[in-house]
Amino acid sequence: MSQFLLPTLGGALIAFSAVLMMAMLGRIAGISGIFGGLLPPAPATGGEAALRLAFVVGLLGGPLLLGLLTGDTGIGAPTVDLPMMIVGGFLVGIGTALGSGCTSGHGICGLSRLSPRSLVAVATFMATGVATVFVVRHLF
Amino acid sequence: MARILTALVIGLIFGLGLAVAGMTDPAKVLGFLDLAGDWDPSLAFVMGAGVIVTFIGYKLVLSRSGPVLAGAFQIPTRRDIDLNLVAGAALFGIGWGLAGYCPGPALSSLVSGALPVVALVASMAAGMVVVRVIKARG
Repeated sequence: MSQFLLPTLGGALIAFSAVLMMAMLGRIAGISGIFGGLLPPAPATGGEAALRLAFVVGLLGGPLLLGLLTGDTGIGAPTVDLPMMIVGGFLVGIGTALGSGCTSGHGICGLSRLSPRSLVAVATFMATGVATVFVVRHLF
Repeated sequence: MARILTALVIGLIFGLGLAVAGMTDPAKVLGFLDLAGDWDPSLAFVMGAGVIVTFIGYKLVLSRSGPVLAGAFQIPTRRDIDLNLVAGAALFGIGWGLAGYCPGPALSSLVSGALPVVALVASMAAGMVVVRVIKARG
């Protein structure tokens, strides 16, 4: 039972952040969209850039805060080699930009709005994520 | 300034949630995606709790006239299922399954300073730029 306690608490914190984002700033808490908006071509400027950057800095502060509170940042070591990290990151970047969202924007926020696009996106990335792990771990 | 400080605090809570949940541990994420192996179902509770609490919170917030520090709610309105959505989500899932990082945990994990994570985030940004350039050309 206790193995589900922290994931549930973490999920509730993520949700609290997403609801605050909507209540205060009127936006979807989609990480790929917030981060992508800082990149070329046409990166955000001025106050819009500062707001997005502040959110990203806050994201980096999360594990630090957990480390201060508990002595453990919760950051685990990568499990794959550097080339696989680079390929994986590139596909995540292409995929979330093309599909307009990731685990937060489509997953948490989109499903909560009962968005049909987000439902399709989540079903698709869960399926290909599971299929990829299956191929890598059980077929090779 | 209030908007920027608010965004910082909201990001901090999000990052704390990711770290508490275990999403910043790629071994745990890959264990969750490994249905055929020694499956670790615990991360399903992140999505479950996240969606339930957000669903209720959105109901309360969106019944108000608008956000506190902005003019209006910016809610996506598209409902069509197009090839970009499906192909993009499919590629994202493959990348997620290869390395165990989705965008939020990748950014949060940057704070460790580990070179492989820096490389993954740089590569992710490059992928986003490629698509943004192509989309901008229409």
